[in-house]
Amino acid sequence: MSHSNNDHNDNHGSVKQYVTGLILSIILTIIPFGMVMMMDDPGVGVIWAIYGFAIAQVFVQLYFFLHLDGSKEQSWNVMAMLFTVVIVAIVVGGSIWIMIELNQNMMPI
Amino acid sequence: MLGKLTIEAVPYHEPIIMIVLAAVILGGAALVGFITVKKKWAYLWNEWFTSVDHKKIGMMYIIVALVMLIRGFSDAIMMRSQQMLASSGGQGYLPPDHYDQIFTAHGVIMIFFVAMPLVIGLINVVVPLQIGARDVAFPFLNSLSFWLFVVGALLVNISLGLGEFAKTGWLAYPPLSGANYSPGVGVDYWIWSLQISGVGTLLTGVNFIATILKMRAPGMSLMKMPVFTWTALCANVLIVAAFPILTATIAMLTLDRYLDFHFFTNDLGGNMMMYVNLIWAWGHPEVYILVLPVFGVFSEVIATFSKKKLFGYTSLVWATLVITVLSFIVWLHHYFTMGAGADVNAFFGIATMIISIPTGVKIFNWLFTMYRGRVEMTSPVLWTLGFIVTFTIGGMTGVLLAVPGANYVLHNSLFLIAHFHNVIIGGVVFGAMAGITYWFPKATGFMLCEKWGKRSFWFWITGFYLAFMPLYILGFMGMTRRLQHVDNPLWVPYLVVAFIGAVLILIGIACTVIQIAVSIKNRKQLQDTTGDIWGGRTLEWSTTSPAPFYNFAHEPQVSELDEFWEMKERGIEQEAKKPYAPIHMPRNAAAGVIISAFSLVFGFALIWHIWWMAVVGLVGMIATFIVRSFNYDIDYYVSVEEVERVEREGRERRALPSARTPNDTVVQG
Amino acid sequence: MANNAMTSHDGAHDAHDDHEHHDTNGLKVFGFWLYLLSDCILFAMLFAVYVVLSQAYAGGPTGAEIFELNFVLVETALLLASSFTYGLAMLGMNRGDSSAVIKWLMITFACGAGFIAMEIYEFYHLIVNGQGPDKSAFLSAFFTLVGTHGLHVTAGLIWMALLIFQVKKKGLTEVHRGRLMMLSLFWHFLDVIWICVFTVVYLTGVML
Repeated sequence: MSHSNNDHNDNHGSVKQYVTGLILSIILTIIPFGMVMMMDDPGVGVIWAIYGFAIAQVFVQLYFFLHLDGSKEQSWNVMAMLFTVVIVAIVVGGSIWIMIELNQNMMPI
Repeated sequence: MLGKLTIEAVPYHEPIIMIVLAAVILGGAALVGFITVKKKWAYLWNEWFTSVDHKKIGMMYIIVALVMLIRGFSDAIMMRSQQMLASSGGQGYLPPDHYDQIFTAHGVIMIFFVAMPLVIGLINVVVPLQIGARDVAFPFLNSLSFWLFVVGALLVNISLGLGEFAKTGWLAYPPLSGANYSPGVGVDYWIWSLQISGVGTLLTGVNFIATILKMRAPGMSLMKMPVFTWTALCANVLIVAAFPILTATIAMLTLDRYLDFHFFTNDLGGNMMMYVNLIWAWGHPEVYILVLPVFGVFSEVIATFSKKKLFGYTSLVWATLVITVLSFIVWLHHYFTMGAGADVNAFFGIATMIISIPTGVKIFNWLFTMYRGRVEMTSPVLWTLGFIVTFTIGGMTGVLLAVPGANYVLHNSLFLIAHFHNVIIGGVVFGAMAGITYWFPKATGFMLCEKWGKRSFWFWITGFYLAFMPLYILGFMGMTRRLQHVDNPLWVPYLVVAFIGAVLILIGIACTVIQIAVSIKNRKQLQDTTGDIWGGRTLEWSTTSPAPFYNFAHEPQVSELDEFWEMKERGIEQEAKKPYAPIHMPRNAAAGVIISAFSLVFGFALIWHIWWMAVVGLVGMIATFIVRSFNYDIDYYVSVEEVERVEREGRERRALPSARTPNDTVVQG
Repeated sequence: MANNAMTSHDGAHDAHDDHEHHDTNGLKVFGFWLYLLSDCILFAMLFAVYVVLSQAYAGGPTGAEIFELNFVLVETALLLASSFTYGLAMLGMNRGDSSAVIKWLMITFACGAGFIAMEIYEFYHLIVNGQGPDKSAFLSAFFTLVGTHGLHVTAGLIWMALLIFQVKKKGLTEVHRGRLMMLSLFWHFLDVIWICVFTVVYLTGVML
C-alpha cells in the first residue's frame, strides 16, 4: 500500500542526485562570481559567459532538484514549463525590443 | 484612526449619486429584510455561500455578473445621453470630474465584473459535466476564487458611496494614475478591486487546467473532448500566462503611489511607456480569454440545433490552439501611436492580421455545420446567427485597425470604440446569452421562456447596430473617445441615433430580466424532466436536470467524440444496472467566504490609508488559511443509500411531463 | 509510527479509495506546479522591468556602487545549501522517516532564515544611507525584484514552520506528504529564480 501510494508522483531522487546537483551548482556559481570579482575590466564576453552559466545551473537544478526529465509522468509538467518559457521569451524579449525602440524614438536625452 | 476616511468621503454634493445610493441602500435593506423574514439565511449559507459545488459557484458568478451588468450599463446610458445633450455649447448634466469616473467604471465593470464572470460562470457550470468529472480539481479554491471576485465587485460599488473612482480610463495609465496626478482614492479603488479579484481569476485558471488535463472520464482523450472544453482549456491557459503580468504591473503602480517608487513617474528615471507595454501584454490575451469560450458556446449550440455533428472538429481545435499562442504576439497593436517606429509596428501589424485567420476558419466551420442541417431557430441559435454577422463586421474593422497607417488616424477615436464593442458585444455578450439560455435548464431544471428570450435578442441586436454603427462614422469624422462634451454640430445626429440604440439595448436587458422572472414563475410548465431538453451531443446532457450534486453516479466511459449522441444512437439505457459505490465528495467550506471578507477589509483599509486595519485584514486572511490547513475533515463519502435515493428521484422525475423533449422541433413559448 | 498514522487516517476508507488519494496528491502537485509557472511569469515581468530601468540612475548610485558580491555569494551559498537540505528532507519522507524530515526541514529553515536576515540587512543599510527605492527607477526596480523574491522566501519559511509543527503533531500523513511535495517545488523554484537574480542583477550590475 505504501509502495503504490508513493512512487507515482513524488520525487524519485536519491542522495546521489541531490549531491551531484549541489556540486554542479556550486561549480556553476563559483565560476561566474570568480570571473566578475577577479577581472579588472570584464568585457561583454563575460556577460554572455555568466548568462550561459546561469542557464546551465537552471537546467541542473530543474533536473537534479526538481526531477524534470523526459519521463512520461513528468510530460505534462515539462510541457507546461516549455510553454511558460516560450511565453516568457516572447513577452520579455518583445518588451525589451519595444522599449529600446520606444526609448530611442521618444525619450529625451 | 481612520486614515483618509472622513464623512467628506460621502458625495452628498452630487444629487444623482445620492439618489442612486438611497435606492441601493433601500433595495439592499429590503432584500436583507425579505431573506430574514423568510428565514433563509441558513439555507443561503449552507446551500450556496459555502458551497464548493462547481454548478452552484458557476450560477453565483452569472447572477453577480448580471447584477453588475445593470451598473455597467447605467454608465453607458449616462455616457450616451451626456454626449447627446452636451453638444453645441451645452454642458449636459455630468461634469467632467464625474464623467471621467463613469467611463472608467464602465470599462472596468464590463470587462472584469460582467464579461469575465459570465464566461467563468459558464465554464464552471459546464466543464466538469462535459468531461464526466464530479467537480473541479480544487473545489475549495473554486469557492475562494468566487468570493475574491465578489470582493472586487464590492469595492468598485463602494467607491460610488465613499470617495470616488479612478478618472483615468479603465487601464489607469500613469503618470495620470500616479500619486501626483491622482492623489485621491479613486485609483486605489481600481488597484485593489483588480488585484483582489485577479488572485481569484488566477486560481480559477490553475483549477481548470488541472481539471481538464487530469480529471477527464476514462476514454476521453484530448481529441474527444467537446469543443467548449477545449476553448475553456485554452482560455484558462491564457489566464495563467497573462494574469501575472497584470498583477506585477498593478503592483508596480501601487508601489509608485504608496511608497514613492519610480517605475512610471515623470521624474527620477521612471518610464511610463513600460506600463502601457506591460498592461497590454496582459490586455490582449485578456480579450481572447473572454472570446475563446464563447466560440466554444457557439460550437455547441450550432451543432445541437442543426442536429448535426460539428463540421471540422480538428480544425476548430487547431484554430483555438493557434489563436491561444498568437494572442501573445500582437499586443503592441493597442499602442501603435506611442512611437515604437515602423519596424516594430510592422511586425505587430502583420501578426495581428494573421490572428484573424484562424477565427475565420471557425466561422466557416460553423457555417458548414449549419449547411444541410435542420436548423431550429431557438433563441440560442438567434444569438449565434447574430454573433456570426456582427462579430465578422467587428473582426473586419479590427483588421483595418491593424494597419499601422490607418491606426494613426483611428487610434482612440470612436472607430476604435465601435470596433471593440462590436466584437465584445457581438462575441462575448451574445455568446453569454446563448450559453446561459442553452445550459439554464441543465443547471436549474427548467428552461427560460423563449418568447422573452427572442424579444431580448431583437432589442439587443437592433440596439447594438443603432448604437455603434454611428460611432464608426463618427470615428472617421474625427470624434475622439471619452469626450464629456461635443462641439461639432455635424456629430450630433449620430449621437442621437446612438442614444436611441442604447435605449433599445436597455429594453433588451429589461426583457432578459422579465424573462428570468417569468420563467421562475412558470417553472413548472417550463420544466425539463428529461435532462436532455435540446437533444444534445455531449456528456452533460446525460444527467438529470438539474444534475445530482455528485454529477455522475457512475463514472462515464467514453469511446468517441460526442459520446452522449453516440450513446443515444446506439440506444443505450441510462438506467445502469451496475451497483453503486460510495462517492467521494468535498465538504462545504466557510474559509473561502471568510478569507475574502478579510480581503475586503484589507483592500478597503489600504485604499483609505487605515494602516492598522490593513494589518488586521492581512493577518486575518493568512490566519484563516492557516486555520483551515489544520482542518483535516474536509471531505466525506456519499453513502450508497443516498446515491440510490437521488438516482431514483431522477428516474421518477423523467416520468413527469417536460416542456420539450429531445425530438421536439417546435419551441414552446 | 508513520505507517500507523497513515492507516488511522485511512481507517474509514476502503481499498477502492487508495487510488483516489494517490491521485489527489498528484493532482495537487500538478496544480501547484501550474501556479509556480504563473509565478515564473510574474518574476519574468519584474526582470523585464529591471532590465529596462537598470541604468535609470537619476544621478543616484549605480549597481557597482551598492552591490557587494562577497555578501551575495554567502547569501547564494545559504540558499543553495537550503535547497539541498530540503532534498534530503524529501528523501526522508520517501523512507517514511518523519524525524529525518523534521531535522532536515529545521536545517533548511535555518539557512533560509539566514538568507532573509542578510537581505534585510542589505536593504536596511541601503535605505538608511539614502539609497532606498524612492531615489531612482533603478533602485525601485532593484528593491522590487529582489524584495519580491525575499517575500516569497519568507512565505516559504512560514509555510515550512507550519509543516514542521504539523508533521511533528500528526506524522507523515497523505495530506502532509502532499504539502511537503508542494513546498519542495516552491523552495527549489525560489533557488532557480535566485540564480537569475544574482546573474542579472548583481553580477551584471557590477559590470555595467
